[in-house]
Amino acid sequence: MKNRTAKGYILNTVVIAAILIGALIIQSVFGKNQNFKLILVPSIWQCCYLIILAASLNLVLGFLGQLSLGHCGFMAIGAYAAALISLACQRAGIFTDAKGAAFVLVLVGCILIAGILAALVGLLVGIPALRLKGDYLAIITLGFGMIIVNIINNLPFAGQEGLAKGSAAASLYKNGLGFGTASKVTYLMVALAVTLICLIMMFMFIRSKYGRAIKAIRDDEIAASASGINTSYYKILTFTYSAFFAGIAGALYACANATLSTSSFAFTNGGILNSTFVVVMVVLGGMGSLTGSALAAIIMFFVNYQIKNGLWVKSLTGFLGGMFAYPMLVYAIILIIVIMFRPKGIFGTYEFSLINFHRDIKNRRAQRALQKADRKGGESE
Amino acid sequence: MNEEITPVLETRHLGITFGGLKAVTDFNIKVYEGELVGLIGPNGAGKTTVFNMLTGVYLPTEGSVILNGEVLNGKKTHQFVASGVARTFQNIRLFKQMTVIDNVKSAMTKDTDYNLFSAIFRTPKFWRIEKQLTEKAMDLLAIFKLEGKANQLAANLPYGQQRKLEIARALATNMKLLLLDEPAAGMNPTETAELLECINTIRDRFGISILLIEHDMALVMNVCERILVIDYGMTIASGLPEEIAKDPKVIAAYLGE
Repeated sequence: MKNRTAKGYILNTVVIAAILIGALIIQSVFGKNQNFKLILVPSIWQCCYLIILAASLNLVLGFLGQLSLGHCGFMAIGAYAAALISLACQRAGIFTDAKGAAFVLVLVGCILIAGILAALVGLLVGIPALRLKGDYLAIITLGFGMIIVNIINNLPFAGQEGLAKGSAAASLYKNGLGFGTASKVTYLMVALAVTLICLIMMFMFIRSKYGRAIKAIRDDEIAASASGINTSYYKILTFTYSAFFAGIAGALYACANATLSTSSFAFTNGGILNSTFVVVMVVLGGMGSLTGSALAAIIMFFVNYQIKNGLWVKSLTGFLGGMFAYPMLVYAIILIIVIMFRPKGIFGTYEFSLINFHRDIKNRRAQRALQKADRKGGESE
Repeated sequence: MNEEITPVLETRHLGITFGGLKAVTDFNIKVYEGELVGLIGPNGAGKTTVFNMLTGVYLPTEGSVILNGEVLNGKKTHQFVASGVARTFQNIRLFKQMTVIDNVKSAMTKDTDYNLFSAIFRTPKFWRIEKQLTEKAMDLLAIFKLEGKANQLAANLPYGQQRKLEIARALATNMKLLLLDEPAAGMNPTETAELLECINTIRDRFGISILLIEHDMALVMNVCERILVIDYGMTIASGLPEEIAKDPKVIAAYLGE
């Protein structure tokens, strides 16, 4: 058993290293390709923060079992924190353009600080909010999400217009972290590495006493407290931990986008940074499966990309064409379809794992065969 | 009974009212170390309410609960557990979507002594403690002959084993007093006999006290050293099983006059 765990760790390390090296090779080979620079790289950046966002919400929604609808609020905090701090650093002359060791240091520092700030706000929001459950918690977190966005809106140094106030079209990386096309390619590794580290940190959390405690709370809160689990402590801890990663996702978002505007984090926003969109990703991937969330984030990114840029969508007319003009409608339909036909989501609570994959598939096939035989036996009787 | 020894559990004039309804009044009990006390009474007498007060689920409106000399009024459920009381539930409350072994391990959370840093960075301390936890959990499961099902989902266990797992989970909290709420409910005679054996094993092995609610009179008369009878929230009799069986008040409460 122990041996298998160790083998699993080694295998995962090897595969992660292979992914990063593969990405490096692709980056150096296709670095000059226009499609690579303008389509693939921004897509990867977007996928990266969506994966972190979905997985972090899954901690609260899938593992802790509490419905939070204000997750994008924490992301907004992370995004603004990273952007403002990097801007300040640039104005202080720590770096001049998106190159050099100083810049990388600022970049990493900003990502960390963004996470910590979001976690602090998560703690402040979580202490009162997590006294409530179910629908009431959903309403209050929805409210907090809106409040956070409104507060940022009214900050004298950030504001509704976005950070690039008056200079939205100005060269991107001149505004702190906001990356231009070239920087996005250069720092692609950072996005990938941050995403992997975040996912690993979340896995380690789930596969420890913390994960067991919060899953126990999800399954039965009364029994959990009767088993000596301090339910409020673990709820607030998980909420804070989840907000930390939402903040990091926000920092990546700030890097990947030229301008920041609070409206992209608002609940009324029809884009992808809407808290409901994140909930759809988590439900689609499977509540209680981090790998499912990652997969769902990529799928939903693709759906969103097709709705926005797909030629076939543009050729639609009439009712369908009208529907695709309102992406929220499409997400709602996806959510309804998932709940009707596969309420557990793609993965349910199953976690994809490299070392167990072969065994799991085998087990599943055996199970299916057994069920089939059962059904046939039942019919012949 | 020697008054010098502090009882594991003592309640003084414990009572609770829900609105105008006095669910339990003036409930006094003393459970000493290693004792097995039965709590019986007709349906709706307030037995489970007593359990809920003894574990901090309900806040008593009168009186106090004292565990090992420590007054626990107004504490939360997990603080009750930390002071050494654990319970099972009348209708099984397992962590259904978790594996059998994780059910037991989750009850050890409060005694699991590593922090978030160790967990995330998988320090040697983490591995060492997790290994100890697994061994301890497997030992507990072995008592209930559940070790072969350690990696199954708790929801997939048959009824009798779910009951046993619930007891194993309660034991995992390292308690001194175990409250069993109708452990034999819905079990057939064979399963009840097995349960009886388990109860005796854990008493011998852990030296704990048990407070038992049960409707299966054969079981109660068999294992309990003392019995307390409540009806309409009031204690109507208490004493040795033989005395209780002959007590006219008890017979009246169960069969009517």
